[in-house]
Amino acid sequence: MMNHPVGSELALDVQGVYKKFRRGELYTSLRDLVPALAGRVLRKGGGDDWDQRDFWALQDVSFSVQRGEAFAIVGGNGAGKSTLLKLLTGIMRQERGSIRVSGRVSALIEVSAGFHQDLTGRENVYLNGAILGLTREEVRRRFDSIVAFSGLEEFIDTPVKRYSSGMFARLGFSVAAHVDPDVLLVDEVLSVGDYLFQRRCVERMNEVIASGATVIFVSHNLRAVANLCRRSMLLERGRVQMVGPTDEVIRTYLQRGQQARTLDADHGVAITEVFTHDAQGQKRVEFESDAKLRITVRASARTRHEDMSLVIQIVDEHQYPIFDTCTQRLGAGAFTLDAGDEFECTFELDVVLAEGTFHVNAYLHRYLTERAYDNWLSAATFFVTGAHEVRGAVTLHPRLTGFHVTTAVAGAAPADAPHGEQRNQPSLDRT
Amino acid sequence: MGAAIRELIARRDLLFMMTWRDIRVKYKQSVMGMLWAFLMPIIIVCAGFIVRYALASASGKAVDMADLTGVAVKAAPWAFFVSALRFGTNSMTSNWQLVTKIYLPRLIFPLAAVLSALFDLAIAAIGVTFFLVIARTGLSVHLLWLPLLVGAFVVLTASLAILFSAASLFLRDVKYLVDVFLTFAIFFTPVFYDASLFGKLAPLLLLNPVSPLLEGMAAVTVRHVNPSIPWLAYSCAATGVLLVLSILMFRKLEPRFAESI
Repeated sequence: MMNHPVGSELALDVQGVYKKFRRGELYTSLRDLVPALAGRVLRKGGGDDWDQRDFWALQDVSFSVQRGEAFAIVGGNGAGKSTLLKLLTGIMRQERGSIRVSGRVSALIEVSAGFHQDLTGRENVYLNGAILGLTREEVRRRFDSIVAFSGLEEFIDTPVKRYSSGMFARLGFSVAAHVDPDVLLVDEVLSVGDYLFQRRCVERMNEVIASGATVIFVSHNLRAVANLCRRSMLLERGRVQMVGPTDEVIRTYLQRGQQARTLDADHGVAITEVFTHDAQGQKRVEFESDAKLRITVRASARTRHEDMSLVIQIVDEHQYPIFDTCTQRLGAGAFTLDAGDEFECTFELDVVLAEGTFHVNAYLHRYLTERAYDNWLSAATFFVTGAHEVRGAVTLHPRLTGFHVTTAVAGAAPADAPHGEQRNQPSLDRT
Repeated sequence: MGAAIRELIARRDLLFMMTWRDIRVKYKQSVMGMLWAFLMPIIIVCAGFIVRYALASASGKAVDMADLTGVAVKAAPWAFFVSALRFGTNSMTSNWQLVTKIYLPRLIFPLAAVLSALFDLAIAAIGVTFFLVIARTGLSVHLLWLPLLVGAFVVLTASLAILFSAASLFLRDVKYLVDVFLTFAIFFTPVFYDASLFGKLAPLLLLNPVSPLLEGMAAVTVRHVNPSIPWLAYSCAATGVLLVLSILMFRKLEPRFAESI
């Protein structure tokens, strides 16, 4: 799966990188700094309170990426992904460790940061091109292609302050996509613009990868990560948890998300654990389309609760609800939990879902009063693979039962020539 | 130091574009457009004329033309000095989006600010030249000193702009200090008067490295004599030291810019 040619060069080599930030406000004026310094001198050794405000955004991060490889960095909010990218571009510098990059680095991050509101789209293309490292001659050669990519031909001589935010971002991305770097860093830009523009962006990314550039990809969009990158790194609270094949990394990442909660003092009753598994009881987050999926939910009560039922809901990656059900509708009847009681139930579902990422929401509900006692959104996440022949959230198991092409006979209009019809119906039924 | 200059040379197109942006934005959407470039020097030159007239009447001498042309020659570069430093000091904080989000050699920000002010000086210089022609100042071989004088003056301004831009990134009230400094610096610099006016104390005034350069400009264009070589050497040496120091300091602080701004 990862067969890099022997002796292929490293595009990126990161070894033992540490990055520290300071919480709270820094002294940003002499007015504050002078009294603070005086205070520290008088107190002597008052510098200790500074160290407690330090926190490590990255700790001992090491990885390397081969030339021409697409590599993803996966992790939750605050994992240190953006900080790492800022170190790779040179915007910030690490406290310890080394970062070696070979060739021109370009980042598809904050692609509109260089725009000036008062300048026109055309002027901003030249300005932003220069900011991203192109010469004026290089921008001139690519200008038409940049504008065509953005789809903003009509508005190119309008000041960008009159652009909508979508137009703004599209123009920024278009310039950045024409830089031809040796190493490209991408951070969540695939969410720019409408559906068609996003598709153009993904195509462009694939072109960049195909042209032999190295791509470092940071995203919450796990499907995009899985499609574009074979190898990934999982970052958690500033530390590398895992480097390996993307599907394994994503599985680990999602499984870590399915960890138990504890019942805190604010809740009388709470859902403590939600996880997905197969019929053998083996915890899994990846399911084939048409497999059986089981979801187990555990809850515990601190005080007595009557007439409860447990609801599970499955939503797609945009949080759009696809399906929900509950213990009561499935015939279990309302249940009562006494103080100290533990509750567990398991649902079995047929995965008639199409490929994608899905989240499980769980609710403890009392229908009598229409009140939710506990809810846990995205308590578990799972992946569905297979069902390549459909798109959308579910598969309705399509089969082709009719398929023919009517060939027109030369010299006669098709309507007048029913005899020209040629049946062409191979057996296409899939099993 | 070498790396900084190599990086700037590699990104010279960016320096050009940032300068162009600053000039373009300054003159776009302004009614008077390019007239602004003339207005500031004209105001300073007029103020200089008034001061000069007052000095002359106080000492009971008639105002002679060479005094007025001398003031014009010194006032235009002074206007450049003031606007380049004001603009340069704020150059990094006003571009904070670029500083925190995209990597580029940050020396470009103060340098582009200075270069766009230099563009104004070039326009003002046309006006001053016009005035010198009308005043029949004439030409001499001493004008060959002018490129060195102007060059040193621009480098000195750029060094200060680099220093102040980095300082004001970390400490916001540096901006106000620079404003105060620029408002009163005109009294410590021979713009409206000549250093010789101070007699024995003149050397004290010339310790300000800007002074020998401005005096030199007036000497070579208006009085057609050589500038004072020792003082010129002193100014050039001070400029060189300041340039090296400011770039070294800037480069040392640069890794902390993005998180400190």
